[in-house]
Amino acid sequence: MTIPVRIPTPLRKLTDNQEIVQVEGGTVREIIDHLELTYPGLKERICDEQDNIRRFVNVFVNDEDVRFLQDAETPVKVGDEVSIVPAIAGG
Amino acid sequence: MDKSQFFSHLQCRECGRRYTKEAIHVCEFDFGPLEAAYDYEAISSALTREKILSRPKSMWRYHEFLPIESDPAVGLYTGFTPLIRARRLGEKLGVKEIYLKNDAFNHPTLSFKDRVVSVALSRAKELGIDTVACASTGNLANAVAAHAASVGLKSVVLIPSNLEPSKVLNSLVYGTKVVAIDGGYDQVNRLCSEIAGKYGWGFVNVNLRPYYAEGSKTMGFEIIEQLGWRLPRHTVVCMASGALLTKIRKSYKEFSETGLVSRDDYTVHGAQASGCSPITTAIKNNTEVVRPVARPQTIAKSLAIGTPADGYYAIRAMKETGGTAEDCTDAEIIDAIQLLAETEGVFAETAGGVTLACAKKLIESGRIPRDESIVLCITGYGLKTQEAIVDHMNQPPVIRPALRDFEALLDEQFQTL
Repeated sequence: MTIPVRIPTPLRKLTDNQEIVQVEGGTVREIIDHLELTYPGLKERICDEQDNIRRFVNVFVNDEDVRFLQDAETPVKVGDEVSIVPAIAGG
Repeated sequence: MDKSQFFSHLQCRECGRRYTKEAIHVCEFDFGPLEAAYDYEAISSALTREKILSRPKSMWRYHEFLPIESDPAVGLYTGFTPLIRARRLGEKLGVKEIYLKNDAFNHPTLSFKDRVVSVALSRAKELGIDTVACASTGNLANAVAAHAASVGLKSVVLIPSNLEPSKVLNSLVYGTKVVAIDGGYDQVNRLCSEIAGKYGWGFVNVNLRPYYAEGSKTMGFEIIEQLGWRLPRHTVVCMASGALLTKIRKSYKEFSETGLVSRDDYTVHGAQASGCSPITTAIKNNTEVVRPVARPQTIAKSLAIGTPADGYYAIRAMKETGGTAEDCTDAEIIDAIQLLAETEGVFAETAGGVTLACAKKLIESGRIPRDESIVLCITGYGLKTQEAIVDHMNQPPVIRPALRDFEALLDEQFQTL
């Protein structure tokens, strides 16, 4: 079972310019680990040295920011979509 | 004019990596925001107060500190809004010296967003972009729509579907494409970050953000100049993403470090509505971790950003200058809007009510001493958010056009006149 993951523009150099990639995993953390296997270098962009999701990275499972769920431990199932989105300003 | 000698490059705020001056906004390595960097030595030797004073009264008189490379093309009349010595308000609050920096009077769309958009679109023209866009809680959309129209750029603005009707109208009139999204600002913003880059558009708050954000500094430069080339001791700024507060602090720092003003102490304080106060909450809990607000609930819709992108930097700016933050309820916002209008004749939008209501709490609790100078940043005009207060105003009495009726009315209702 694979989950579609949306890759933001700044990271597409690492995914051969693919906007959506398919990876396996039952939690956000597993998905990030699997992304790293196929696209080396991706994980250090998303996670800091302590393995936490970086301050300026928002990860969504469907429409919900994982910080409102269980952060990196948020479960993911078939039919879900994961998005990685840089934080942006405005108003 | 070649201005590239001052604006040198973009730089990641987190790791310091350098980037070229393109339409990019985040560091590829850690997603840290990119920020414009300048050659301050070159600015110091080229710029003097006299030179600034000799230029037209607009935000562009400080162009050495703005990230463009040629003469500005957009927003030539923006900025240089009044700094008002608010004596009657000061008496009410029991403070010696208080000012309003009144961007409710900005050109052309009556909010501080005219500043940021002037820079973003001037840069967009330099980069050869022909369509500009934004995610907005209203004011930014108004500014993008108007400024784009003024120079013939195409524009698309994306807004939450529950915005105040006057803010929607104030975008539609300029012929922009307005797209209302069924969701809050954070959802709109997320969609925009996915759209940005896809069609080659310049999203002012996404891929043009490093340029856009710098425009806010001009509010701070003007405060210093209008105070007679000195820093206010305290500045109170409302916070949505936290970018304005961060940039006002940067403007004070830049003028101090390039010798345009003496290096005196200054403090910046933040203001949010209680229904969406992720930054204030972090300050009150003495942490730098900003916990996002999932569903903001406040009449200050222009501040209803649950995931503030610059929250962390705003917290640092407040802490490093000895400042703090407050929040206020909807009722307190309405009271503050009325207080400002009745004492100073200034009609601010809800965000201005937030600034004053929070400043009042900071003064009453002694965190802003009553004998020190204070500037309140008023960021938008009251008619833009009239829905928030219309039910709190008394409707005017209707009488026949007869002297007898008028005299009766005076006796009954207007004894205090």
